[in-house]
Amino acid sequence: FDALDSFRVSRVVVASRNYADFASEATFDIKKCDLHRLEEGPPVTAVLTREEGLHYYRTMQTIRRMELKSDQLYKQKIIRGFCHLYDGQEACCVGLEAAINPTDHLITAYRAHGYAYTRGTAVREILAELTGRKGGCAKGKGGSMHMYAHNFYGGNGIVGAQVPLGAGIALACKYFGKDEICLTLYGDGAANQGQIFETYNMAALWKLPCIFICENNRYGMGTSVERAAASTDYYKRGDYIPGIRVDGMDILCVREATKFAAEHCRSGKGPMLMELQTYRYHGHSMSDPGISYRTREEIQEVRSKSDPITLLKDRMVNNSLSSVEELKEIDVEVRKEIEEAAQFATTDPEPPLEELGNHIYKNEPPFEVRGPSQWIKYKSVG
Amino acid sequence: MAAAAGALRRLVRCGPQQGLGRRLQLRSGIHGSAPAAVQVTVRDALNQALDEELERDERVFLLGEEVAQYDGAYKISRGLWKKYGDKRIIDTPISEMGFTGIAVGAAMAGLRPICEFMTFNFSMQAIDQVINSAGKTLYMSAGMVPVPVVFRGPNGASAGVGAQHSQCFAAWYGHCPGLKVVSPWSSEDAKGLLKASVRDDNPVVMLENELMYGVPFEMSEEVQSKDFLVPIGKAKIERQGTHVTLVSHSRSVGHCLEAAAVLVKEGVECEVINLRTIRPMDVESIEASVVKTNHLITVEGGWPQFGVGAEICARIMEGPAFNYLDAPAVRLTGADVPMPYAKILEENCLPQVKDIIFAVKKVLNI
Repeated sequence: FDALDSFRVSRVVVASRNYADFASEATFDIKKCDLHRLEEGPPVTAVLTREEGLHYYRTMQTIRRMELKSDQLYKQKIIRGFCHLYDGQEACCVGLEAAINPTDHLITAYRAHGYAYTRGTAVREILAELTGRKGGCAKGKGGSMHMYAHNFYGGNGIVGAQVPLGAGIALACKYFGKDEICLTLYGDGAANQGQIFETYNMAALWKLPCIFICENNRYGMGTSVERAAASTDYYKRGDYIPGIRVDGMDILCVREATKFAAEHCRSGKGPMLMELQTYRYHGHSMSDPGISYRTREEIQEVRSKSDPITLLKDRMVNNSLSSVEELKEIDVEVRKEIEEAAQFATTDPEPPLEELGNHIYKNEPPFEVRGPSQWIKYKSVG
Repeated sequence: MAAAAGALRRLVRCGPQQGLGRRLQLRSGIHGSAPAAVQVTVRDALNQALDEELERDERVFLLGEEVAQYDGAYKISRGLWKKYGDKRIIDTPISEMGFTGIAVGAAMAGLRPICEFMTFNFSMQAIDQVINSAGKTLYMSAGMVPVPVVFRGPNGASAGVGAQHSQCFAAWYGHCPGLKVVSPWSSEDAKGLLKASVRDDNPVVMLENELMYGVPFEMSEEVQSKDFLVPIGKAKIERQGTHVTLVSHSRSVGHCLEAAAVLVKEGVECEVINLRTIRPMDVESIEASVVKTNHLITVEGGWPQFGVGAEICARIMEGPAFNYLDAPAVRLTGADVPMPYAKILEENCLPQVKDIIFAVKKVLNI
């Protein structure tokens, strides 16, 4: 999936427009990051090209609509089990991806649909995984919390467990010597997990090229950060690891901060910690309405003042990088794409029963796996 | 067989100069044209296996507490840090959950780590990473993310180390699909299974035994070869017999052989099966043996409830061998208590040779 192909498609659609009307780029002031154990931080201005802006807009909008479609499908009981939605946090995953290479690595927890997309999984494969169909990116065997892609290690269900995994991936990056880094994400809730501190220690000791990224959306399930953490300065919790606190609703802020952190890691200085201050519109998961521990007013305020897609749209329109009409056309295309993907996800068949026994072992001659009784056996191939 | 039994009675603890040096000494012309079998302790066999696999594949590395500069808490990794350096032999802080996750992540990203637990008791701190991260990921990703990691270390009872340091985890890890679990007894087992485990593309839990580390076994020339592997998932008949099948793993295999040596004087021929692998278990070998002997006794160090023996009995009942049993299958296990410290109590918490002999006679009604 070439990320710029979508942009080229939109160019064909608006071929009749006069491109001389648009600027090719603009420079924006971005919020200064709070720093921990750093003399200097990321730049306070960022350049956004028209091409980049349209790409970021389309990507964030795609994720937004994909998550809203998932909400719909869940309420129709076509998606089952756990479903943790990412709408509101789009600037994080799109901003991170904009600052790294496809050859870099990324791992996150269970609020992972956005990352599955930015790391290269098609929307239809994400939705079909949610609906448990054979066309899902994990053939329907993983579900919402277990989606993987090239250099994307999930999708992890156990809170905090992905953090040592991420440091291990970073160790492999250093071991292979290919100048790659690993972005290791966790939430404000996970930030209090002991294994994360064990990981900070080893990553710093061994100078692993790992960016620890705390997506602080203010609530760990129903528990606000004030009720969970003696210190809510998550960017400082790495202690001896330098940290920056970033406005996670501003995609340019996220991008510039990540570039800064990536450079630090690639230069062999060891890990860095980034706290992205962000917000989720949905509750913790689809079984949480999300209003028992926070007010509707708070949610509405974030939507009206800090929505990441609106922020980008306003910036682009006000600086002649795009127009309301052009962006609306992208919205229409995105909706269409999501509808088609949902259509696929609801009509694709479930995986065949034979799939039940597969993927127990890799590179093993086929063997038998026991079913619910001694008379029921499934063949297993890796 | 006699050599193995003799080795057990000797219980020689090899000093630091043994192993490689001694191997060369014995090779140099003493045996003439006969195949140069040598005595190698389990410790040295493991050390050789590690050395050979580190040399063979650059992606292999070892991490754990004290594995590098201390030469290993039990000296299994002696000399390796000196030979391979910091990149390949990594001392970790005391952070099981953290470093186990790091090992698993490294495996996901294309390395082939060997993660040592100083004892498997400490693996409980990290068991989520072993089972949920390592064991299940290939399945959850529908084959996209393999996890070629080896978890190894001493398992089960030692001598006087108390309850928190004596637990057997064969049943715990053997319970979980996605993992492979091996349990060596002899030096041949240790070397061949460790090499096979490192080359396996799946997460393997290798349950060693501290009391076996110093025990020497004869290793044939074939076994000494750098390409000798013990296949995972295949049991070994250590002693052929006709009257009763004794199935065991790890240290208990030796006790079964000792019991067999006593019983043969009374005309009872025991068939002793060394499981070698807990998961996937070679039930076919057990079944074939029970069809022949009509009597089954399982022997293990772990606790009885939900243990290896319980699984074997259940599987035998489900298969063709059930019809050949002349008596109910019997399990010998660790006593159903946390391991006490006092020697007399500890001794009586594990199946001894006399317990095996007693059980054989009970089962054969003699």
